[in-house]
Amino acid sequence: MSSEDIELLKDGERLDGRSFDELRDINIEAGVLKRADGSAYIEWGKNKLMAAVYGPREMHPRHAQETTKAVVRARYNMAAFSVPDRKRPGPDRRSIEISKLTSEALEKVVFTEKYPRSVIDVFVEVLQASAGTRCAGLTVASVALADAGIPMSDLVVGCASGKIEGQVVLDLGKNEDNYGQADVPIGYIPRTEELCLLQMDGNLTIEEYEKAMELSIDACEEIYEIQREALKNKYSTELDKDKIEELKKEVE
Amino acid sequence: MSSEDVDREILLPGDAVEEKDLKPGRGMFKEEDKIYASRLGVKRVRSGYINVAAQSGRYEPQEGEKVIGTVTDINSSFWMVDVNAPNPAVLHVNDVPWMVDYGDTASYIEVGDALLIKITSVDEQNKMQVTMDEEGLKKLSNGQIIEIPPSQVPRVIGRGGSMISMLKKYTDCKIFVGQNGRIWIDGDLEGQYLAAKAIKMIEENAQAVGLTDLVKEFLEKNTDGF
Repeated sequence: MSSEDIELLKDGERLDGRSFDELRDINIEAGVLKRADGSAYIEWGKNKLMAAVYGPREMHPRHAQETTKAVVRARYNMAAFSVPDRKRPGPDRRSIEISKLTSEALEKVVFTEKYPRSVIDVFVEVLQASAGTRCAGLTVASVALADAGIPMSDLVVGCASGKIEGQVVLDLGKNEDNYGQADVPIGYIPRTEELCLLQMDGNLTIEEYEKAMELSIDACEEIYEIQREALKNKYSTELDKDKIEELKKEVE
Repeated sequence: MSSEDVDREILLPGDAVEEKDLKPGRGMFKEEDKIYASRLGVKRVRSGYINVAAQSGRYEPQEGEKVIGTVTDINSSFWMVDVNAPNPAVLHVNDVPWMVDYGDTASYIEVGDALLIKITSVDEQNKMQVTMDEEGLKKLSNGQIIEIPPSQVPRVIGRGGSMISMLKKYTDCKIFVGQNGRIWIDGDLEGQYLAAKAIKMIEENAQAVGLTDLVKEFLEKNTDGF
């Protein structure tokens, strides 16, 4: 995995033509699954993920119940067809880790003390993966939680920055992630400007790290607006004229 | 009320509201002198409190509410009842209209039975007690039960019960709307079908203005044939 094999910057430009502080296209839709209490779907560049929330509901196994608060139990799972080579199904070391840190990041904003002895189940399914799925998963999971009507102090946003060929860039793409020099995913709570997830793969100097954080936090504010937009779209109080027309036709 | 309905403001978790002299009510929290919404819903101000009327989410049981539950488990002296809340409710043998001998619970109510019950207490651990020993509460043996989101129960009932009485009148059915979003409909099959369809319509168009008129039109058109 040496960075010499692949050229990540051509004439100072990134492979997909983005500038150093540019995100991939992000689209979020809230409320995509009928049988879940809350759900959301995200397309982040070539990443496609779906999140479903069930609960708060009774915790099984019983010994895992907390008598004073609810448990946020996230499960991150990659579909067998989500990557070019078939991924062996089931939890592996990596997805267990991501499940744990997603749970912990979300627990930071959920008012768990409102639902003692229960569990809030969050399922994040990766349908297509192309670098940055843990951040996309966290982002989409918090939209699904809000859609499920779970009391929270804020939405959580996930985003990553990294280093390719000595240059600090935002939101690494697939090749940049695989052959780059560093990757720093964060989870950010915009209202209080707190972090609820911070990891680093690779090496950065302090200056580079600070630059990466600055890029990520600015991007998180941008993604936050997309999340809010998705929720507002579903729960718009504006009169849905199409729906009324449809209704009238049904009556006739 | 009607003026509030005109400009309905949607709040998302973490949204700050400007009103500072009000107290945070349902679905709100206070942090450093500022009031924020904690869940997704419509902003409502009532008697000094600022609230969020949730648009989604599970049923949150309140004392005194009548709900429809299904029995999930039987014990020697009580039944466990699922009322669509985070935790199951307990129905003790003292809270049913019959004299039940110890260990004889299964001959009165079985697993899977639907019950019209009232919540008598909810403690801080979210443990619930329910009763069936009261006027109008009973085991439901006929008809069908449909489910809607608990947040839309007020829409199905309508202002001052206008919607529900209209449904009853046109379909000639007994209808009971549990606060937990379960609705029991009993009557002849066509009536049941029509009532279920009309409720589905209300659920899907809960935000529409003039909903009562549209539903009325729908019911009138479809009751001609009977």
